[in-house]
This record gives sequence, C-alpha cells and structure tokens, in this order.
Amino acid sequence: MIKRDLVIVGGGPAGLAAAISAYENGIKDILLLERDQYLGGLLNQCIHTGFGIEYFKEVLTGPEYADRFIRKIKNITSIEISLRSFVVRLEKDKTLTYLKPGGLFTVRPRALIMATGCREKTREMVHIPGTRPAGIFSAGLAQKLINIEGLLPGKEVVIIGSGDIGLIMARRFTLEGAEVKGIIEIQPTTRGLLRNVVQCVEDFGIPIYFNHKVLRIHGSDRVEKVSVAKVDEKMNEIAGTEFDIECDTVLVSVGLIPENELIEMAGVIIDKRTNSPVSTEVNKTSVPGIFVCGNSYKVYDYVDSVTVDSQLAGKMAAEYIKGLD
Amino acid sequence: MNKSLVCIECPKGCVLSVDIESSKAKDVKGAKCPKGVIYAQAEVENPTRVLTSTLLAEGLELRLVPVRTDKPIPKKDLFKAMEEIRKIRIRKPLKAGDTVFRNFLGLGINLIATREVGKRR
Repeated sequence: MIKRDLVIVGGGPAGLAAAISAYENGIKDILLLERDQYLGGLLNQCIHTGFGIEYFKEVLTGPEYADRFIRKIKNITSIEISLRSFVVRLEKDKTLTYLKPGGLFTVRPRALIMATGCREKTREMVHIPGTRPAGIFSAGLAQKLINIEGLLPGKEVVIIGSGDIGLIMARRFTLEGAEVKGIIEIQPTTRGLLRNVVQCVEDFGIPIYFNHKVLRIHGSDRVEKVSVAKVDEKMNEIAGTEFDIECDTVLVSVGLIPENELIEMAGVIIDKRTNSPVSTEVNKTSVPGIFVCGNSYKVYDYVDSVTVDSQLAGKMAAEYIKGLD
Repeated sequence: MNKSLVCIECPKGCVLSVDIESSKAKDVKGAKCPKGVIYAQAEVENPTRVLTSTLLAEGLELRLVPVRTDKPIPKKDLFKAMEEIRKIRIRKPLKAGDTVFRNFLGLGINLIATREVGKRR
C-alpha cells in the first residue's frame, strides 16, 4: 500500500487546476491519475475557440487552454502524473485501486480530489423511440471521432437537441463536407449560446426546428430517416404536423451529467436527480477529505469557472491535510 | 436600413442594433463593450470568422494536429480554406502556438497549431 498526502483523479481542466493549486498551497506529495494517455481531458477534442475569455482574457481553443496548465504542471516535479491509470474502486478510507499497464495498484491518500468530469446523456435517457441501427452518436462522441480520430461518422446528419456541443458539431460536420439536414429542439429556444446559433447554424443556413421533436428513428442496419413533428406547450405532438427527414446519422445532444460512481462506492451521498454529490459548500461531499470539483461536482457552462472552483478545491484539500497534523 | 445582430465575440451574446447606410455600419447600439462595435462593422462590410480545424499528421504521436487561423478570415473563404487544409500534412513535432502554414490562401494570415504533438512513441 502506497500512502500519499493527496490523490487527484482526472487530468482534465479541473484536475490540473486542483493539483497545481494544492501544490501552491503547500502540499508537495501529490499523485494525479488520468485514464487517458494525455492530459487535458475533454478540452483536447474541443478544437473550437471560446475558452479562456474570463480567466486569461484571451480567446483560446480547448487544446490551447489545456496546454497552459499542462506546461505548468509538468514543471512541478513533486506532482507525479500517472497516465493510462483507470480507477476501478474507491473505499471508505479513501483507498483507491487503479489499473495501469503493468498491473493493479492501490494507494491511500490523506485527502482525495475527484475531478472525473461528466458524460453525455444518451438516447435512452430521453426516450427517443424507434429502431437501433448504426449511425446514432452522442454529439461529444462524434466530436472525438472527427477531431481526434479523423473519422467522419456520416454524410447526412440530423441533430437532436440544440445544446452547445450539438451546435458546434453542426458547423464541424458542415465544414468537413457533410450535410446537416436539421437541428430538432423541443423547447421554443436554444439551450446553447446565441453566438453558437449565429456562427455554427445561421452562417451555414442549417435549418433549426424549435418546438419540434423526433418521434422515431428509422432504419435496420443504418439510420435511414427520422420522423419529426411540431409540439404544443405541453410537449405533445400536434396531429398533422409530421414529416420525415432522410439521413444516415443522428447526433444526440441533450445534456451532460456528472460522473460520480466512484465516490458513491465510498459512501458519499449523491443527489440521484442531478448525479452531483449532496453538499453544503462548493467542492465538498458528505465524507470529510473527499472533495469533488469541476464537471463532476456540477456541470459548468464555462471551463474558466471550472478552473476557478477547482483551484479552490485544491486549497480546501490542502487546508484539510494541514488540519490533520 | 436597420439590422439586428448577435455579437459572437464572447459568450454574453449582445444583441446589436446596426444602422446601415450604403453598405457601411453607421451606428451600433446594444454593445456592452467596444468589440461589439467592431464586430458589427465587420459583419456588415466583410464578415469574418476564425477557422479551427485539424491537419493530418504523419509519423507523429497523434493522427491529427488541431489548428486555427491566427486572425479571422473572410466568411466566404471558409470552404476554400477547408479544401486547402485537407491537402496539408504535418511531419514534424510541434508545440501549441507554432506556425504551421504561412500566408494561408494568400490572405496574409497564418495557421497555428493549438496542441503539442510529439514524435510517434
């Protein structure tokens, strides 16, 4: 059993900011676990601009925003960064078990910061009826395929939901030569930023259908079309307004939820409605010494705010550890 | 003529009211900062956008190198730019901020890498 002062799980913007802040607040024995082979988390696939306006007073892309923190943390030799390290178990006494090439390891920190981010809501969570053919992707997965893997998931795309990731992917698919045949939003207005409606949708003449919902996805092997209808104020379909859109791909962009299964294993109380930890103060959980920051605490609108709150988490963990001595 | 625009310079998304006379923005209302005025003028006279995309890498640790234009380019050139971007191959390791293509499309702007990419391990 290895002992540490502080372990941080997650090497995205939250984990990076928390680790650097804990170090700056006097904690020198820090291990950061990241499951991917690179630091930066979600930011690496967010190649568009719009990050850092608050925090750096500059307009950066996601990878550039991450790069600032990656450069900084790599210069702090007392923070050990362990990549390809996937935490599979967390116990009440904060003992973590993680998989890493070469074996299964355990570590027990005096304090723990979870910065595990969030994941996308799925088709199943919003109940979109129809068949289950190939060609249905969450918007963030499509983003990873295009921006990291270099694969175009489809040529004729319908996007369900008008969250920012969906809007940004509408532009990305269009620039890569696919046709985005429509964005279907059940609400009367966008869930994303107006600037993204302008620069990702209107710039390219992409149809956006407010007060509409997808009734059904059709297709046996591959998506063939979706049936769409207008809805009333109660979100019920209005008879006679149905129409079909032929497509080979459906993107689901219907929101994000915090990823918190590990702390639940350790007995942390989770609000089942939001999947956030029940908390009296930002970053705190029902278990002393287990902190949660960034999108695993709650889904933030801007990475700049994730950075600021995660720096606070690093400071809180440092104070907790000093209080134990 | 009066035109309503949403400023895209930051997430606030100010709604701008622009008075247009002979294809020039004469008066801009609703901007909470000076960027909004500049944006409205450009949007009326020559709309521009920063383009972000990826370049294919060969022999490097990543398949793709994310890039952006270091200045906004005319909106009408976005698809032409994408065609050129598809032809470029990156074979040398890069750091975020490195220029990867000078005077892109002859527009006097550069493509810069937005992520560090090392040699294939």
